[in-house]
Amino acid sequence: MIRLEDVTKRYPGGQEALSGLSLSIDKGEMVFVTGHSGAGKSTLLRLIALIERPTRGQVIVDGQNTRRVKRRKIPAYRRQIGMVFQDHKLLYDRPVFDNVALPLIIAGVGYRDAGRRVRPALEQVGLLHKEKQNPETLSAGEQQRVGIARAIVTRPKLLIADEPTGNLDPDLSLEVMRIFRRFNEVGVTLLIASHDISLIDRLGCRRVDLEDGRRVEDAFEDDEFVADESVPAATGEPPRWP
Amino acid sequence: MAVTRHSDAVAPVRSSGPFTSWLARHFRTAIGSFGRLLRQPFASLMIVLVIAVTLAIPAALNLIVKNVQSVSAGWDNALDFSIFLRRDVSETDAEKLAEIIGQRADVELVRLITADEALEEFKRQSGFGPSLDQLRDNPLPQTIVVRPGAANTSQSMILLHEELGNLPEADAVQVDTEWVQRFHAILDIVRQAITIGAALLGIAIIVIIGNTIRLDIQNRREEIEVTKLIGASNAFVRRPFLWSGFWYGLFGGLLALTLVQYGLFLLEQPVARLAGLYQAGIVVKNLSAGEMLSILGIGVALGLAGSWLAAARHMRRIEPR
Repeated sequence: MIRLEDVTKRYPGGQEALSGLSLSIDKGEMVFVTGHSGAGKSTLLRLIALIERPTRGQVIVDGQNTRRVKRRKIPAYRRQIGMVFQDHKLLYDRPVFDNVALPLIIAGVGYRDAGRRVRPALEQVGLLHKEKQNPETLSAGEQQRVGIARAIVTRPKLLIADEPTGNLDPDLSLEVMRIFRRFNEVGVTLLIASHDISLIDRLGCRRVDLEDGRRVEDAFEDDEFVADESVPAATGEPPRWP
Repeated sequence: MAVTRHSDAVAPVRSSGPFTSWLARHFRTAIGSFGRLLRQPFASLMIVLVIAVTLAIPAALNLIVKNVQSVSAGWDNALDFSIFLRRDVSETDAEKLAEIIGQRADVELVRLITADEALEEFKRQSGFGPSLDQLRDNPLPQTIVVRPGAANTSQSMILLHEELGNLPEADAVQVDTEWVQRFHAILDIVRQAITIGAALLGIAIIVIIGNTIRLDIQNRREEIEVTKLIGASNAFVRRPFLWSGFWYGLFGGLLALTLVQYGLFLLEQPVARLAGLYQAGIVVKNLSAGEMLSILGIGVALGLAGSWLAAARHMRRIEPR
C-alpha cells in the first residue's frame, strides 16, 4: 500500500528530516511510526499526503508514484486517503454533521446522500447523538473522534494519523486506538505516528522507529518488504466498510 | 449489523445525474454565501451601497443625456431658412416677397434683414467698421429669414426648402443647422465622457469587491487550509467567494436601479412644471428594460471579476502546512 524507496527530505534551511528512508507497508497493515519529535514522523506522513514532495527517492501509495501526481491532481489524490490530525483541524463555524460531511461535499456528493454516509461514520465513533452540536462544545476526545469520522466518511483504503492521541489522556487514547483497530479489522491500512510506546505495545502492532530521519529497527523484525503476518486482515483485499 | 459489502472510496453515493448534482452544489454554495453576507449585515450593506452609488452615477448621467436628446430631437423641425436674394432685388421687392412667403401655411414667421441692416450688424460685430466705410456700395444681399411651421414633417421641410430655392428672386437658401449640430456634438462628447467615467468607476468596483473578497479569504484562511488538506480543489474553495462577488454585484445593481428610480420620482414634478411653462409635452424617459438588465448584468459581471481576481491571486498561496 505504501512504499518508500530511499527517500530523503531536505528542508530549505538545509536540515534533513528524512535521510534515505525505505519502508514498505502492505495492504491491511496497521503500522505505528514512533520517534522523538523531529525524528521525521510528521514529514513521512506529509510526504504520503503530498503536502510536501521528497527531495530524493520515491514515495508510492496504492500503486501511484507521488512524483507523477501533478499539482492539479493533488486534491483528487488526497481524497483517496483518510487523514487524522493531532489538533483535529475541525471547522468551528458549523456543526459536527457538516464537518464530517465535508469530504463528501468536496467529492461532489449531494447533501442528502451525504447524510446516509455521515451517520454510519458518526456511529462508528459513537457520536451519532452529537451530530447537531458545534465541535467547540465537545471534549478533546470527542473532537478527535469527529476528526476520525471525517477521515473515514469516504471509506478510504488508507488512513494516516499524525499523533492522534497527542492531546488525550490514556483512557481516551486507548479508546481512539480501539476505533483504529476496528477499522483495521475490516481491511483498512493504517499508518499512525505516535510517541506513546506503552500504548502501542499494548496493541501489538508493527512499529517503525525513526531517529534523525532514519529507521532504528522494526519492532517486529521482519524483512522490510514482507507483509506483517501477525495482522489477520492483511490479505490485500479492499476494505469491507460496514 | 448491515450487510457487509465492498465499497469504493473514489465512487461516491450518487442518486442524480452529474449535471443536476453540479447545479445542486452550486445552489447550496450560493445560498451559503448569501447567508454569510446576511450574518454581517452592516458590512455587506456598506459594500452594496458603494457599488450601487458607483453604478447609479453613470446610469443617471446617461439617462439625463438621453432625455436631453429626446427633447432636442424636436428642434430639427424648428430650423430657420435664410434666403439670400439676388443683388438686383430691391428692398421694396424684398418686403413684398417676404409678405407672400409669410402667407404660406407651412411658414410660421418671416423676417426681413435688409442689406443695410446686415451691413450695420457686420460692422458692429466684425470690428472692421472704419475700413468697411471705404466701400462704395453694400456688397451684402437682402435676406429673408423663414421659420417653418411646427407642423412640418421632414419631408415637407425638404419641399419647402426646394420651393424657396426656386423663387426667381432667390440666390441661395441656407438652413441654419449649425447650432443644432454643435449642440449634438457637445452631447456626444458628454456621452463619451460618461462612458469613460463609467469605465473608471467599473474598475473601482472591481477593486472594492476584490479587496473585500481578499479580506474574506484572509479571515477564512484556516478553513481554506483544512478543506484543501482533505482534498478540496482550488475551484471548490474558490466557489463560495465567487458567489459572494456575484451577490455583491447583483444587489449593488438592484440598489442602483432603485436609486435612479427615486431620482426620477424626485424630478417628475419640477419637469412637469417646466413643461407647463413651455406648454410642451415633455415626458421624462425612464430606463428601458434592456438598460435595467444591463445595469444588473454589469453589476454582476464586475462583482464576479473582482472576486475572481482576488480568489485567483490569493487562493493558490494558501496551501496546507
